[in-house]
Amino acid sequence: MDLQHVNVKLIVDGSAPADLEPLIPVFHGWIQDRVCEELLLDVADYRHVPAGPGVILIGHEANYSVDNTDSRLGVRYNRKAPLDGTAQDRLEQAARAAILACQRLESDPRLGGKIRFGGREWEFFANDRLLTPNQDASRQALQPELGTFLRKLFADKPYSLRYNLDDPRRLFSARVETADRFTPEELLKNLLS
Amino acid sequence: MKASNAQWTEQLSGQMPEDLAREIEIFETELSLKRQGKIDERVFAETRLRRGAYGQRYDNGQRHDGKQVQEIAYPSGALTKGPSTLWDAPGMQRIKIPAGGLNARQLETLAELAEEYSDGIAHITTRQDVQLHYVHFDDTPALMRRLASAGITTREACGNSVRNVTACPYSGVCQDEAFDVTPYSHALAQFLLGHPDVQDFGRKFKPSFSGCAQHACGLARMHDLGLVAAERAENGERKRGFELYVGGGLGAVPHQAKLFDSFVAPEELLPLAQAIARVYARLGEKKNRNRARLKFLVQDLGIEKFRELVLEERKTLPHDPRWTEYVQAAEDSAEQPLHPGAPAPQAAPEPFARWLASNTRPQRQEGYRIVTVTLPLGDITANQLRSLADIVRRYTHETLRTTVEQNLVIRWVSGADLAGLYRDLEAAGLSAPGAGTIVDIVTCPGTDTCKLGISSSRGLAAELRQRLAESSFRIDESVQNLHVKISGCFNSCGQHHVADIGFYGVSRKMAGYAVPHFQLVLGGAWDNNADSYGLPVMAIPSKNVPDALSRLTERYVSARNPGETFRSFIQRFGKVEVKKLLEDLTRAPASGDRSFFRDWNDPREYSLGDMGTGECAGEVISPVEFGLVAAERQVFEAQLALEAGDAELAWQTAYRAMLQAAKSLLMTETAGVSSDPESIAAEFRTRFYDTKKFYDPFAGGKFAHYFFAAHRDAAAPHTLESARHLIEEAQLFIEASHGCYNRLGTLVSI
Repeated sequence: MDLQHVNVKLIVDGSAPADLEPLIPVFHGWIQDRVCEELLLDVADYRHVPAGPGVILIGHEANYSVDNTDSRLGVRYNRKAPLDGTAQDRLEQAARAAILACQRLESDPRLGGKIRFGGREWEFFANDRLLTPNQDASRQALQPELGTFLRKLFADKPYSLRYNLDDPRRLFSARVETADRFTPEELLKNLLS
Repeated sequence: MKASNAQWTEQLSGQMPEDLAREIEIFETELSLKRQGKIDERVFAETRLRRGAYGQRYDNGQRHDGKQVQEIAYPSGALTKGPSTLWDAPGMQRIKIPAGGLNARQLETLAELAEEYSDGIAHITTRQDVQLHYVHFDDTPALMRRLASAGITTREACGNSVRNVTACPYSGVCQDEAFDVTPYSHALAQFLLGHPDVQDFGRKFKPSFSGCAQHACGLARMHDLGLVAAERAENGERKRGFELYVGGGLGAVPHQAKLFDSFVAPEELLPLAQAIARVYARLGEKKNRNRARLKFLVQDLGIEKFRELVLEERKTLPHDPRWTEYVQAAEDSAEQPLHPGAPAPQAAPEPFARWLASNTRPQRQEGYRIVTVTLPLGDITANQLRSLADIVRRYTHETLRTTVEQNLVIRWVSGADLAGLYRDLEAAGLSAPGAGTIVDIVTCPGTDTCKLGISSSRGLAAELRQRLAESSFRIDESVQNLHVKISGCFNSCGQHHVADIGFYGVSRKMAGYAVPHFQLVLGGAWDNNADSYGLPVMAIPSKNVPDALSRLTERYVSARNPGETFRSFIQRFGKVEVKKLLEDLTRAPASGDRSFFRDWNDPREYSLGDMGTGECAGEVISPVEFGLVAAERQVFEAQLALEAGDAELAWQTAYRAMLQAAKSLLMTETAGVSSDPESIAAEFRTRFYDTKKFYDPFAGGKFAHYFFAAHRDAAAPHTLESARHLIEEAQLFIEASHGCYNRLGTLVSI
């Protein structure tokens, strides 16, 4: 199975900030300072939409967002451009980008420490229904890949993995939870190991 | 861009209507040829637009990031998909939804496309279309195939073509309609789609159907072709027909459609539309886009001559069986409910009761209700679209309609199902009350994504919506049902002319900085298919608009006579008093708050290129600025003359306002500018038009043409209608003069 267009979402710790407005200048700043490896283009504000995509930093190869889909607030990396390499490479690329985004947001003084990630709750999506339909065959094909990747990401610490296969119309996705907390630095280090 | 793009062709083989599949194949080939440089730039742009693939802001590869203009280095480099439009730049995909009708499967398809190709949001437009933003051009053939397999086309969604055929979303269930116009609108849409006689227009052509004359749901009188259902007795039988209007349109200078025929039989509807299209294609302006809409042809010829030409053309048309073969089926068609009818709940707990009151209304058919699903700024997520698909399957025969107020309408809901439906909508985050009220603000995309946007209409709408929603319980009942509509520029995509309170984006200089503003537009009517257009009163800094709205509505509440509508109140209160009421809001705050100079939800300087150096506290006002302010005052006086019914005075005052603006700009070039109109016009032409200094980045010399035409016609007699048009044109000429002056960057050099 050709896993492409991987999305990784890290769920915000604790109670979510009520207002995402401070993210708007932060994302504009990322465009000004070209802080990401992707070509960044614009900021889209969907704060008015309930359980919506929140505030999105639109890029050419990928979008970054603080996304509230399913009323679960998190930093989401949405890979739009196809990637070469293996499924492991693609999972790692997306996860690394999402973790780096979390790191930047945690340390941005304009957000006043209101956005924190414990690295404990994750969502993975494959944003291409033709390549990765939301059905058990995809789960069977990708389970080994995800397992290998998650063991590396969490340095062999235990995690739980749950697929959401109830609605075939939705994107293929998996929710991952760990009991341990991980800092962005630890996660990045794990990915490099 | 998507890895799966190439695979969709095979995947959907046999699932698409043949003609649509072929059309997309042709488009895909054209993309390949363009990549190889084998198609002319301009031809390809029109080709792309006719498939609904539109440009977006910054697609010329440049974006001001708040510090500087950044070149956007796309991977495809200089490859373009039209003049000054880079291939890789994200674009908008417009999707035609005839009469706004969508079924459950189509909702699910839109959800998939929003997630996979866009930013997770589908946007409902003021013409019942759906738009997806930030779409990569290479993805469009696959996206179109997936739509086609669900029975949707993007063909002729943009470009110089017949746009989406809109229709009243309550057709078939409305208490006031003559009959259900839906099948007739579908027949017209189908007949004109790709028709050879509609391929040679100078501009777009928008048809619309309404089921009655008194309501606004179809907005028939502001369309190129407006059709209002009518019935009359013939030989003791009720016979269906349509009042047919032509030459309406908003845009920069709005025109009311003219009555072409008070009763067109259904059998004549399609051939007459075809004849109108032929006359428009043959005689409509082609070179000057600014005068190429049908409204100008109707205006230039006069409705009588236009009618004569169309009826002559009608006689020459070869018979087409499609003209009539749908008519019997249309007469017989009737949508059916899924569940038996039942009374709506008489008493309900909050917040259900509030929603019930504002978002549902009884149908013509007893025991059923029409439910409006309010969408903030017309936006809906992929998950919500899927939830709606489930909802319409559960309660109806799987259909809903989009509306021109950027909402969705579910029809045939049994009164017994309302509580369950509400709970389902609530679970999907779609149960917001206030449909059709002041909270339910209509807006175009504005500077968020539109290349023509001047101010952030969506940013302003979101701000107003939030403030009004917070206080909506306290808002006086008389204000509750006012319509607020916002456009990001003068082009009226937000339909600001037909709102009780309209706004459109302009820019002004304040304290040396360009500052986003909105022109306040008053006097428009939403009822009677939008039979009256408002006029601009004054420009208000964007950040002061919420206060201006509050003050205006508060004054209406406190000073209105019993039963007095807002429009009547404004007429009685007078625009002079409105200006006095809001005058202080036109000024920058004394605090020097920098956020005042930025747009809503955009931290960037509004336009660094326009910024003077160090004048922020200096308040140096040039004679040019004084002159432009004087021109604005004059155009306002022209409005007052118009309202007093003095056509000649109104016209001449508006013309003098244009002269004043032109004269002001001439001061940047030469000392001792003459006051002689002939000299002003000649000098202006030489120094600003011929040199293209006055050219608007997108509209070119359009606004200068308004001035030259007014100068040419100064001695001719004028009507109220021509005076009204000139007032609009004068206002736009003054806006363009502000823009030109800003571009010249001559703030303190005079």
